[in-house]
Amino acid sequence: MDQQRPRTLVEKIWDDHVVAEDEGAPSVLAVDLHLVHEVTSPQAFTGLRERGLTVRHPERTVATADHSVPTTPRGLPFLDPLAAAQVQQLDANCREFGIPLHGIGDPSQGIVHVIGPQLGLTQPGMTIVCGDSHTSTHGAFGALAFGIGTSEVEMVLATQALLQRRPRTYEVRVDGRLQPGVSAKDIILALIARIGVGGGTGHVFEYRGEAIRALTMEQRMTICNMSIEGGARAGLIAPDDTTFEYLHGRPHAPHGQAWDDAVEAWRRLPSDADATFDTSVGIDASALEPMITYGTNPGMGIPISSRVPDPAAAPDTSARRALERALEYMDLTPGQAILGQPVDVVFIGSCTNGRISDLRLAAAALQGRHVAESVRMMIVPGSDEVKREAEREGLHEVFRAAGAEWREAGCSMCIAMNGDQLRPGQYAVSTSNRNFEGRQGKGGRTFLASPLTAAASAVAGVVADPRLLPGIEAVAGIGGR
Amino acid sequence: MPEPYRSFSSKVVPLKAENVDTDQIVPARYLKITDKAGLAEVLFRDWRFDEQGCFLDPLFVLDKPGMAGRNILLVGANFGTGSSREHAPWALAAWGFKAVISTGYADIFRSNALKNGVLPISVDPETHAHLFALVDDDPDSELRIDLAEGGILLPDGTTIGFDVDTFAKLMLLRGTDEIGYLVEKLPAIEAWEATHPARVDTRSEARATGQV
Repeated sequence: MDQQRPRTLVEKIWDDHVVAEDEGAPSVLAVDLHLVHEVTSPQAFTGLRERGLTVRHPERTVATADHSVPTTPRGLPFLDPLAAAQVQQLDANCREFGIPLHGIGDPSQGIVHVIGPQLGLTQPGMTIVCGDSHTSTHGAFGALAFGIGTSEVEMVLATQALLQRRPRTYEVRVDGRLQPGVSAKDIILALIARIGVGGGTGHVFEYRGEAIRALTMEQRMTICNMSIEGGARAGLIAPDDTTFEYLHGRPHAPHGQAWDDAVEAWRRLPSDADATFDTSVGIDASALEPMITYGTNPGMGIPISSRVPDPAAAPDTSARRALERALEYMDLTPGQAILGQPVDVVFIGSCTNGRISDLRLAAAALQGRHVAESVRMMIVPGSDEVKREAEREGLHEVFRAAGAEWREAGCSMCIAMNGDQLRPGQYAVSTSNRNFEGRQGKGGRTFLASPLTAAASAVAGVVADPRLLPGIEAVAGIGGR
Repeated sequence: MPEPYRSFSSKVVPLKAENVDTDQIVPARYLKITDKAGLAEVLFRDWRFDEQGCFLDPLFVLDKPGMAGRNILLVGANFGTGSSREHAPWALAAWGFKAVISTGYADIFRSNALKNGVLPISVDPETHAHLFALVDDDPDSELRIDLAEGGILLPDGTTIGFDVDTFAKLMLLRGTDEIGYLVEKLPAIEAWEATHPARVDTRSEARATGQV
């Protein structure tokens, strides 16, 4: 390894974790932290048993139940026997192999990508994997974090390592300052609209620039979370004082002398000044409007004041066909305004936007207002800890007074595995990450947007521009810390 | 342990859709299983059946006459975008697909497919269009896929070359799991760990939280 060559953040982490490299084979990459949930792990544990293998480092592994758990009050039984069996299986697997589990009823239960950072398990310079594509979230801390399949989950359980080819690097430079009412979610939706859902394939994003530096950790997590929606398996942000401030004092963060040593090492992680990237794109944050999707993949997004594209103007036949199909599924008309489109459900939550700052924004928008009569609004905290904090701050009172449902923690309607789902034909404004056909329930139609846009739309009963909400200036500081 | 991947000939199932996401390949509500049973039935479920479980009209390509038993899926760009669910290639394999041909794949899907005997073949856009035209002209056109040679043999005798990751190719041809290779690397992994202290201990008593 040439130590003189300037390196990017991801290259430094990569080099630091390569265990072995055989001619013609992928690198053997050491894994610092393995996150496990109920959906993508059962077959991996079965594989271990069949091969007579064990979990090599249960103390570098942590599990939670999030995808199929109901968000109804915790005392109620599971209505779905399959979901119940899956969560029980996770419990049995963790007990058998000695893996710590933050299951239902545990104060640290929550969406896997919310609890990792919250517990201080997610730290700069680490390699983190999980059988979940939104593992990219943890890249906000300057960790190389990516989703893996169940075969790979089994490999990591057995060896605490993975076989990986070195990814290409992709600089996403976001300069300028966000305007009031425009947030981190709008940055990432704008990026994906620009490069497309396959734009980052084979690459790892590094988000840089003035607008990124100005974001809080939770806003950075929102951006890194959706890297996968732009095709990149991982997306990172260099650690800085914002990162260290967030981490300091968290349960699993280093403390005492170890903390000082860690920070010193973390300060060496950012990309070298003269490091180069394989690909690069630039976005001007000051020119961004709130974004919203109109179609059936996260790349089909537009500024909220613009109109639904016309397939006739598509650049080629397959793009035209894709757009026609998306508009047919969404039952939207080419050229129509997206503002004013009636909405049935508003969902605030998920590993993208289910953190306390997201709930504070929603509460600020809902304070003294009421959800439109035609709208069902669900607010689902990303973790039990987020729920407790929101209740300490009285946010749940604001939500309830506004007529919104205040639920228990989980993935909920983002993936609609737990009974929280749209009915066929319903429209939702969702703060989640995917608007694929049927993602939020068979036949359901999803508009992806920020928590502010979602809350404004809940009040209006139609897709609404949060900048027009009177009093928005009070929460206008969302571009800053 | 998977079977060694052998060359084969098959007619083609053409699916003219780009960016087909894993929620279409296997909808999330079918991910509550703890084994791999029943996945063939839920492959492309919501593109095949209505809410009552009746076939949609018109039939989805998979259910059209003559499609059963075909082992090659020809599909639009960026196949397998979205989630990491390995249920997607499990379902494709359970249906009988041994190869997918597209211009490209989402990274996680590609990795998962290679581990399950579903060969993700990438061809350039021109070749891709040519293959669709071939199947449009004669829906019963047969292709021969030879992984060892890295070629697709067309009915007219011409061959289209394709590249597969050399290591994944070796694993497929031998019918070997990557996990065996990785387990053999344990001494190197242990040596690395000896000089790189654990970053976290998930079993340590978490100190009082009280923060989010």
